[in-house]
Amino acid sequence: MDQTPINLLEIKDLKKTFSISGGLFRQLTLTALENINFNIRQGETLGIVGESGCGKSTLGRCILQLLTPDEGQVLWLGQDLTRLPAEEMRKRRADLQIIFQDPLASLNPRMTVGEIIADPLRTLRPEMNKEERRARVLKIMEAVGLLPEMINRYPHEFSGGQAQRIGIARALITEPKLIVCDEPVSALDVSIQAQILNLLAELKDEFGLTLIFISHNLSVVRHVSDRILVLYLGRIVELATGDEIYDDPRHPYTRALLTAVPIPDPKLARQRNIDALKGEIPSPINPPSGCTFRTRCRFAKPFCAETRPPLEMIEDGRLVACHRWREIEVPEEAVLGA
Amino acid sequence: MKTVLSVEDMSVTFALHQSEVHAVREMNFSLSEGETLAVVGESGSGKSQAFLAIMGLLAKNGQAGGRAMMGDINLIGMAPRQLDTHRGKDIAMIFQDPMTSLNPTLKVKTQLSEVLVKHRGFDQRKATMAAVEMLERVGIPEPVKRANAYPHELSGGMRQRVMIAMALLCQPKILIADEPTTALDVTVQAQMLDLFKTLTDDFGTSLVLITHDLGVVAGVADRMMVMYGGRAVEKGTVDDLFYDPRHPYTLGLLHSTPHIAHRTARLDPIQGLPPSLEHLPKGCSFNPRCAFAFDRCLAERPPLADTGNGREKACFYEGPMAYGKVA
Amino acid sequence: MAGITGKDAVLTEYAQRLETLDAPKGRSLTQDAVRRLARNKAAVVSIFVVVFIILFAFVGPYFLPWTYDKIDWTGIRKPPNFEAGHFVGTDQNGRDMLARIMQGTQMSLIVAGVATLVSVCIGIIYGAVAGYFGGKVDAVMMRFVDIMYALPYILFVIILVVMFGRNPVLLFVGIGCLEWLTMARIVRGQTLSIKEREFVEAAKAGGAKPWTIITRHIVPNLTGPVVIYSTLTIPEIILTESFLSYLGLGVQEPQTSLGTLISFGSPVAETLPWMLIGPAVVLVSLLLALTYIGDGLRDALDPKDR
Repeated sequence: MDQTPINLLEIKDLKKTFSISGGLFRQLTLTALENINFNIRQGETLGIVGESGCGKSTLGRCILQLLTPDEGQVLWLGQDLTRLPAEEMRKRRADLQIIFQDPLASLNPRMTVGEIIADPLRTLRPEMNKEERRARVLKIMEAVGLLPEMINRYPHEFSGGQAQRIGIARALITEPKLIVCDEPVSALDVSIQAQILNLLAELKDEFGLTLIFISHNLSVVRHVSDRILVLYLGRIVELATGDEIYDDPRHPYTRALLTAVPIPDPKLARQRNIDALKGEIPSPINPPSGCTFRTRCRFAKPFCAETRPPLEMIEDGRLVACHRWREIEVPEEAVLGA
Repeated sequence: MKTVLSVEDMSVTFALHQSEVHAVREMNFSLSEGETLAVVGESGSGKSQAFLAIMGLLAKNGQAGGRAMMGDINLIGMAPRQLDTHRGKDIAMIFQDPMTSLNPTLKVKTQLSEVLVKHRGFDQRKATMAAVEMLERVGIPEPVKRANAYPHELSGGMRQRVMIAMALLCQPKILIADEPTTALDVTVQAQMLDLFKTLTDDFGTSLVLITHDLGVVAGVADRMMVMYGGRAVEKGTVDDLFYDPRHPYTLGLLHSTPHIAHRTARLDPIQGLPPSLEHLPKGCSFNPRCAFAFDRCLAERPPLADTGNGREKACFYEGPMAYGKVA
Repeated sequence: MAGITGKDAVLTEYAQRLETLDAPKGRSLTQDAVRRLARNKAAVVSIFVVVFIILFAFVGPYFLPWTYDKIDWTGIRKPPNFEAGHFVGTDQNGRDMLARIMQGTQMSLIVAGVATLVSVCIGIIYGAVAGYFGGKVDAVMMRFVDIMYALPYILFVIILVVMFGRNPVLLFVGIGCLEWLTMARIVRGQTLSIKEREFVEAAKAGGAKPWTIITRHIVPNLTGPVVIYSTLTIPEIILTESFLSYLGLGVQEPQTSLGTLISFGSPVAETLPWMLIGPAVVLVSLLLALTYIGDGLRDALDPKDR
């Protein structure tokens, strides 16, 4: 395989809108994603965080072409996936897979575990015969920690954690290069969550995967990611390495998100003064003018309402979209109080 | 401090087709005025069922035993009509999904004032005013406008606030919150937790916080009770349990929770799966997943015993617990 | 990890061993449903009743001394007479009532079976395609269904009869071709919700083609509503057939059906009660049993809905 650190995926000016009906004869446009530009390097884990409705799941699905973006390009090793004919894209799918949030809902209840895991092979590796498929399924099942004798069981006989392992096995079976993990542990119990996170880390090393890890849980994202992308109302507000984001957040939203994360440490949790955001996320149908975050931002100035802040490169590879990032001081004590 | 609720030897059993499932067994705890007790456990640990039983909200095939004394009244086994006079007034409960407990066809103010008219004999006008005032106190902006809205017109955080407002209207002594912030975004969650603190400090309400999220517990609770397989396995103050956990399960939970401030390469999760209540292992329910289990754990079930300093744990192991190294 | 390494060989061997030794079979949803159905007493009794009626209709005639169209000139409008072999009497033309009930039941069951089958086949394919593709395809397909709904079906039946003559098989197909409308609507509704489920998205991510997704992932998950709805369609079709026969558009003499028998029996119920009681008992017990089975299936397939 090519050893140069290359951009596996480049997202350029991605835009996605949904039209929803706002009563009789009225069509409203919801801009789910706009001006999305970033790269994913081979072998890294990119975390995508944001609150509900920020477009993080939509972004994952646009990358996989499960949703068709309105504008922009999704370049996979230089090849634009949005322009690819359906048949070509189908073959490409072996390289890009997905793991879902609700492990049970993502498994067809009428199929056995073996059939579910082998399903992508039927279309993507039609040349394989039944025995080869079965051998491959057993191998993957072992890799994700499922016992071989589970192969003929049905999804409803499994707990959430095991079901998620089945989902992971299905994603791995085509030997993908990139896996989009859409909230893969949010529906799981704490102890199982940790097992799955460790499993993903192991599999990443073993199979040389690149991961896009979508989650609303900042602690989890921090734990798994090399770089983190923060979304707010369908726009990138900050992109930086995990350490940069957590030690030195530049965007006021990132900072507010971080201070809101509960810390499993009573003394720290009590000391910390939470920079609680006022109010709630504005409606994406009618977002605020200028900077979309200004309505909740404590650093907002009148000019924030006029123009939309561009996504600026502030250091090497570090991006932030805020008019005032230069003026806002980094607090002396670290944001987390640690 | 004054004890407002004391639960003794409570159990919850569900009758299934041919068998019985014990969702909660031998539960004992007390709740003081203005205190926040966190009840922590994974799904199936019985943490929700225990409090549904106290509220008299068990499913039809459920049966509660033991005592839950609020003053000198026992809430367990009380006739539904009698229970209605206390529910809402003295003890209230809020749930993870506020939409299921709000009537979608009634305006917010109607649902709120109903409680006051019923329990405190307010007339309609006064009740509506009190309702709007309460909405404001739980931090809802433009309370008059929101009061005239239907539940589906509000956001998730807003609905949860309405639920809390409804629960607080009659100024109950005890508020039970079952995973109140699980469905909410972090920024809204932080607001809610802040609100809970205000509640216990200003209103003197005792709060029971049922959750699986140790991060939430750390910031809000005073004491905590860890549940596993239908039983309490460790009890103590939040600081004691977080900094010096004595039960391997508590320790395992702490090690499974990613910490935002310091990144570790690997988490040390508890191995295996939570047990099904129908087939609890012999001896200590936790023994198949426990790194410190020895032969006694397989044969005998450890009782919940006092270990001094107001702490209790149900475990035979007394040695040091260096997690992840012993296993 | 492609290519055959030593590990592969070991695993292949293990797979083959599993093939022969059999990994434990899981309980499929269908098996679960059957188990739950077996616990429902009313449904089990009803299944026995239906099986009995089927045997009665198809095997019964071989044990009778009379056929349904043979006229006994000595016994016209006679009450039950065991010596002559007329166990439930004879009709106005001296034909054995029991034989006629058997033949009528046969006819009604065949009508119901064929028509339901036709409606299920068309309905599932049509509904699943409309629901899965959505958008314009869906709009056009469902408007066609709406139009069909709006037209009186009697008109269709008359046109069919005029064009092809009075052929019972054609009639069954005709009824089936009309009954599928409701089935298509139900299936489309279900498909709309199933296609939003994550496993369908997973299949898309796995490169599956639309047709594969429909047949492998959507249709099997429609079993519940389709089975329930078809058990409820059967009685409806039996009644429709009775109505058509009453109008003279259905089954032709000397052949008969339950509906026809009842329509002949009801005017003379006071003087020749056996002409009504026999067919009525069979029809009522058949419809009741089917309804109980439908209810039982609904409970068994959707245990959460109870």
